[in-house]
Amino acid sequence: MSTVTSIRRPAAGYLETLLAGQPQLPTSPLPRINKLRAEALNRLEVLSLPTTRDEEWRFTDISPLTKLSFAPALSATHLETADVAHFYIEEATTRLVFVDGIYAPQLSSAASDSGVVMSNLPTVLATYAAAIEAHLGRHAAFHDNVFAALNTALLQDAAVIVVPRNVALAAPVHLLFIATQKEVASYPRCLVVAESGSSVTLIEDYVALQDETYFTNPVTEIVLADNARVNHIRVQRDSGKAFHIANCAVSIGRSSNYQSVSVALGARISRYNLNVLLAEGAECAVDGLALITDRQLADTHTCIDHTQPHGVSRQLHKCIVGGSAQAVFNGKIMVRQGAQRTDSIQSSRNLLLTGKARVDTKPQLEIFADDVKCAHGATIGQLDSEEVFYLNSRGLSDSVARNLLTYAFGAEIIERIPVASLKRQLEQTVLEQTSSQL
Amino acid sequence: MIVQDSKIILEVRGLCASVNGVEILKGLDFTVKSGEVHAIMGPNGSGKSTFAKVLAGHTAYEVTAGTALFEGKNLFELAPEARALAGVFLAFQYPIEVPGVANNQFLRLTYNTIQVQRGKEELDPLEFDDFVREKMKLLEMSPDFLDRNVNEGFSGGEKKRNEILQMALLEPRLAILDETDSGLDIDALKIVSQGINQLTNKDNAIVLVTHYQRLLNYIVPDFVHVMEAGRIIKTGGKELALELETRGYDWVAAEYQAASETRVAEGAV
Repeated sequence: MSTVTSIRRPAAGYLETLLAGQPQLPTSPLPRINKLRAEALNRLEVLSLPTTRDEEWRFTDISPLTKLSFAPALSATHLETADVAHFYIEEATTRLVFVDGIYAPQLSSAASDSGVVMSNLPTVLATYAAAIEAHLGRHAAFHDNVFAALNTALLQDAAVIVVPRNVALAAPVHLLFIATQKEVASYPRCLVVAESGSSVTLIEDYVALQDETYFTNPVTEIVLADNARVNHIRVQRDSGKAFHIANCAVSIGRSSNYQSVSVALGARISRYNLNVLLAEGAECAVDGLALITDRQLADTHTCIDHTQPHGVSRQLHKCIVGGSAQAVFNGKIMVRQGAQRTDSIQSSRNLLLTGKARVDTKPQLEIFADDVKCAHGATIGQLDSEEVFYLNSRGLSDSVARNLLTYAFGAEIIERIPVASLKRQLEQTVLEQTSSQL
Repeated sequence: MIVQDSKIILEVRGLCASVNGVEILKGLDFTVKSGEVHAIMGPNGSGKSTFAKVLAGHTAYEVTAGTALFEGKNLFELAPEARALAGVFLAFQYPIEVPGVANNQFLRLTYNTIQVQRGKEELDPLEFDDFVREKMKLLEMSPDFLDRNVNEGFSGGEKKRNEILQMALLEPRLAILDETDSGLDIDALKIVSQGINQLTNKDNAIVLVTHYQRLLNYIVPDFVHVMEAGRIIKTGGKELALELETRGYDWVAAEYQAASETRVAEGAV
């Protein structure tokens, strides 16, 4: 027999309406989950929605979001494979699909070969309670993060992937989140555990069937034990009217390697918070591309936190901003006391295609160790006139030259995606979007 | 080679050009006929590279006086891409890196653009691949360079080879090679020079802009010009380069100075 917990109403007005629209969540058989929800609800009573007066949200005005009301999908839109097959990625033999936040088993192809867990939370809750208890909600902090708290308070389902010790998954895993209805709020959740010596490529993919207004608020936790390797490709191609506010926390164990490429193409307003924690000898490459136009706003906040010696981090973040769109990048590199021999390079490069386009970039280094190698820099500008001239001098017209260079600016990030068909697809998207704007 | 009664490809008269309001070229005269190889030498800052860029149409340089006829067309009325389509090619002193664009993609795009202009067939990726690999043999370039991004991570010598590869593909009527020899070791210099020599014929012409006589051991010029303070102050045959190598440039300037004074004195009579 299952009982239900009633959701207490927090004081903050907007959050209250968001929570009030939720159906009551059944108590989870896993006490950890009930505890997490309760803690998150408690925090929601204290936390309020950020405004541009908050330093972390200075350039990102989310007031358009707060003027709309959203509720979770009460029933799942039934989709056939034919409706969504164009979102599938041919290399990905395993796929977990969520439609408006609700798991769609008929579209998913979960697998559990050689002890690999790849399924949704309720399915694996009993069998893998230990791994879930050990990691769920322990990496993505919600204490001071209202959106992570909201996601956690409403935690019900999740994509769960556990790659056992020394297992290398050759084919990528596709986590596909499809939005189909307007005014729906969804709270996707992912937990990925790569055990010692394992490796996996993840594609976290947000798509829309229609150009509707909706709100996606995901939280992803990725844990790499020692000597593991995770490739994480994140594609946010939401509808141009959508709101997308995401948190991702990555914990990289000793001598492990995390490579991520995040691409933001969609949403009216999007925000991606990525926190990466590195243990001794851990390496990461955290690359990103925001390609936006019209009145879009895309904000990427990253924190790469070196806590132990010999960590290596590389970050190249690019924004291509057209129309009267606005891109925000805030990249913090933290080198804690004792994190000697840290080697970190960060670069933020931004291309403004129009006079009304805007970018706010803030690379930040905070170093508390004395034997480190750190470099960072930022550039903002139009296309380089020497590059344009080089192409002109080979017979290419001004518009062809500018298209090619704009495309190339974005392609430098896209080509780091280790999944050929997705790379081709996104190259095509970049090509179309850049050529339509010039 | 000097060919009797050959056509004039380029005729520059009284060219003055400035960058950011500073005059660099101050009345330059220069004529090139088909089949010829010209070397322009001169000290740093004499205006050699500026001249090369002005001919290719670099927008940072403003032509303030003079004319340049390219096969009878007024070069200064043509945009840089129109000059390239008409048959002018500049091999850059510092070739630009274009991360995100594969070299083969770039080479095919430029090749096909020129082919269309010439009313010839475009090549599809497979046909082009065969074609470009043949041209690369000329320069002893590894086919690996096709899959890499344009000039990205190339060594200085590799970039210069990639420039000459483009010349081989685009088959210009007038190729201006701006310090193509700088940054090349002796083996690379020989290979690149041999490549250039194989591309010369009686219908095209080459202008070598160089600091060093070394290049001219491998590509033998028909004419050697000395540039100084934005003008060509002396023209000779290939032996002039050797003389410059041993005696430097000062004597040429002194000789020019004396001659101008004589001209002024004669004019005063």
